[in-house]
Amino acid sequence: MPKITINGKEIEFEKGMTVLQACELADVEIPRFCYHEKLSIAGNCRMCLVEMEKSPKPIASCAMPATEGMNIKTNTTLVEKARKGVMEFLLANHPLDCPVCDQGGECDLQDQSLYYGVDKSRFVENKRDVKEKYMGPLIKTQMTRCIHCTRCVRFATEVAGVPEIGAIGRGEDMQITTYLEKSMESELSANVIDLCPVGALTSKPYAFEARPWELKKTESVDVMDAVGSNIRVDTYNWEVKRILPRLNNEINEEWISDKTRYSCDGLLKQRLDVPYIKKNNKLQKSSWDEAINLLVDKIQSVQPNEIAGHIGDMINMENALSFKNFFKTLKSENLEFREKNFYINSDEKINYIFNTSIAGIEDADLILLVGTNPRHEASILNARIRKTFVQKKIPIFSIGNPGDLTYEYEIIGDSTEDIKKIVNNEHGFSQKLLSAKKPMIIIGESALELKSGGYIFEEFKKFLIKNNLINENWNGLNILVQNASTVGLLDLEILQDQKEKSSSFFDNLKNRKFKLLYLLGSDNLEFQKNDEFIVYQGSHGDRGAEIADLILPSATYTEQNGLYENLEGRIQEGKKASYPIGEALEDWKIFNRIIKKLNINEKSLNFDELRKEVLKTVKNFSEINELPKKSVIKTNNIETSFFNEKISVRELDYYYTNSISRSSKTMSECRQIRQKIKKDGTNN
Amino acid sequence: MSVKKVYDKQPKEFKFSDENLKKVEEILKRYPKKNKKSAVMPLLYLAQRQNDNWIPLAAMKYIANYLAMPYISVYEVATFYTMYNLSPVGKHFIQVCTTTPCLLRGADKIVKLCKENISPNENEISKKGNCSWMEVECLGACVSAPMVQINDDYYEDLDEKSTKEILISLINDKPLKPGSYRGRKNTSPEKILISNGEKHA
Repeated sequence: MPKITINGKEIEFEKGMTVLQACELADVEIPRFCYHEKLSIAGNCRMCLVEMEKSPKPIASCAMPATEGMNIKTNTTLVEKARKGVMEFLLANHPLDCPVCDQGGECDLQDQSLYYGVDKSRFVENKRDVKEKYMGPLIKTQMTRCIHCTRCVRFATEVAGVPEIGAIGRGEDMQITTYLEKSMESELSANVIDLCPVGALTSKPYAFEARPWELKKTESVDVMDAVGSNIRVDTYNWEVKRILPRLNNEINEEWISDKTRYSCDGLLKQRLDVPYIKKNNKLQKSSWDEAINLLVDKIQSVQPNEIAGHIGDMINMENALSFKNFFKTLKSENLEFREKNFYINSDEKINYIFNTSIAGIEDADLILLVGTNPRHEASILNARIRKTFVQKKIPIFSIGNPGDLTYEYEIIGDSTEDIKKIVNNEHGFSQKLLSAKKPMIIIGESALELKSGGYIFEEFKKFLIKNNLINENWNGLNILVQNASTVGLLDLEILQDQKEKSSSFFDNLKNRKFKLLYLLGSDNLEFQKNDEFIVYQGSHGDRGAEIADLILPSATYTEQNGLYENLEGRIQEGKKASYPIGEALEDWKIFNRIIKKLNINEKSLNFDELRKEVLKTVKNFSEINELPKKSVIKTNNIETSFFNEKISVRELDYYYTNSISRSSKTMSECRQIRQKIKKDGTNN
Repeated sequence: MSVKKVYDKQPKEFKFSDENLKKVEEILKRYPKKNKKSAVMPLLYLAQRQNDNWIPLAAMKYIANYLAMPYISVYEVATFYTMYNLSPVGKHFIQVCTTTPCLLRGADKIVKLCKENISPNENEISKKGNCSWMEVECLGACVSAPMVQINDDYYEDLDEKSTKEILISLINDKPLKPGSYRGRKNTSPEKILISNGEKHA
């Protein structure tokens, strides 16, 4: 490996590194504004100047490739003077309004001017004035603070794939803006707030809410989609003030989607704080004792097989297990968690997870999307596909039309007939698929919901196994589920004897076989309410609570500990950042209360026992935060029937997918703007 | 200089004329196919020529779609260069050079005259509606400073008297001839006429 000398210390570096990266290897801190690891190099802030031997001028270390034998110094008077000079220029037009700036306390400019700046300004002229820019409901702007690092411009163009932010004008009058001040049409737009090293782009919903040092920070995971983005929940007293991304290169890198970030104001709205009982067609406040007595009466008045339970999209694994145990004591087997009846074969783990893994997408050389819109169903995963597309220009194909995905793809069909042709080697695409070394097939719920959902999955699996495209090093078979709870619940075997009774829950629900329906945080189940007694146990007064006869208030994902399994089968821990509101309780506590009341001699498990049990049950479990172990692939031939159907990608109301986001004011603002753009025709 | 303002009364549509479309094809031939967005600057200029010396937003969109670029990129280019006008200018468009050599030779007096005779502010159409003026950076004719550019022509070696004459001629729609106003031919020395090849210094 080539060697470079930094401050007299010789270190080895990898070829292709820049001087700045080499300095980081040597544990030398270089101040920077425009340079960001995940973005392209701009080299325009000049803060990273260092001295290089034989160069008369200091060099911008972020843009200079490191080469063998370079002698770099970062602690000389020349460098110090250069940094001071750059800082003085940056501050010449900066308003220095830190006391009223939301970035205060976590501002790169503030921190670096403390360490590298001068304490006085020689600039006596008037400072530049810049008009406010509108950038949508999430981003608050104060463009006089902008130092033109263009991180936001690069993010929008490179990572988000919506080139809508740009720098207009020139010189002193350069301004950062969106095209004609439209809101940015991206699911990742708010990441520019984190990227902005100054207070030019700050969070609109969080404006003037708190200072960073007042907040309690809890590291947790997101449950808005199945990706399981790593987040940090910032709370002030018991109130969740904001959610920020946590670096995890395996999953979300440094980004989170807007829904993940801004649904948090929904945690305070529409909350169920006490039990409610429907009396005279009106929901009335009640007490836990009364509510549980009523529920126990109801349970005892019906047959066990007339009781059904449906588990919602944000339930953690401990609560789900507790629910399953509760149903076992009731001797009912009617448990379900799917919102629509999509095909899942839970025989082995590779059948229902994203086997390639999110980081693994970068190795792929061909991607086929089958009935899925990753941009809405898993925005972060889509960003990774885009990253791979941009870096390697891999070909991407789709069956069904998902709309704009921020990268180019080719639609090669829209019916199951096309899939039949592909797996029988009759389609022109088969050859491309076979000639690829690491192809990925991503099957979405929209495809699995079809009558031939089973055919699509099993045939693709057979096809890949037959052609040795599922092996020790590569597994291109991927299921993209939409809910945070889905994979975990599959592992907990909520669906029992899946093959025989795959649709029995939905059929029975339709045929009014159930007398008591227990909705555990389930708001997205679409069905016609008849005379069932509906119990809704959840956190928000949403669709489920609307039709309920009895409401039991429970905690949200930020208010309790719990394990979640993301679409890759990676188990991560959500942490308690705040307390359940009012009289609300964690779900498992509620079940234990009911079991106690039912007077059944069943030992109810506490949280630690539940967690132990969960980790014991999960298939191929390796470690928390790690991918599951690989197992030998079984090749049992499952016969499925083929129907000729059209594959259409179900449109997802992105900002309105779960009870928390539906309660969020910010999300509904975003949704309104998105709908307006759709109606008026987009400008880009 | 400040950020250019986009005109508030924008035409709804813009399309290159057939004649210009032929020119566009010619321009595109200059660049490799995969880099056709390099043609953004000549195309913007062509659009400006076609549309009375200013570029409407519709034209930027049209060009962006034509070259498969994001709108904002075209917008960035159009706002960066002073050569592109984003709001209507007079039929006689006067660009006064105020960079150092011209300023030393009295460009400020020309600016003052423009303010008095045409409009009190830059980029404002005169009362009679046929002239407008703006300050620009160096036009590359320092040798005959001070100078102004009126539409496509350079008027050089100006002083207060000649400038006023020119301005009034423009207002009356009978523009005077371009060139040096001190009788110089091209940029040759004032007293001895030297043409290329003879007696050069």
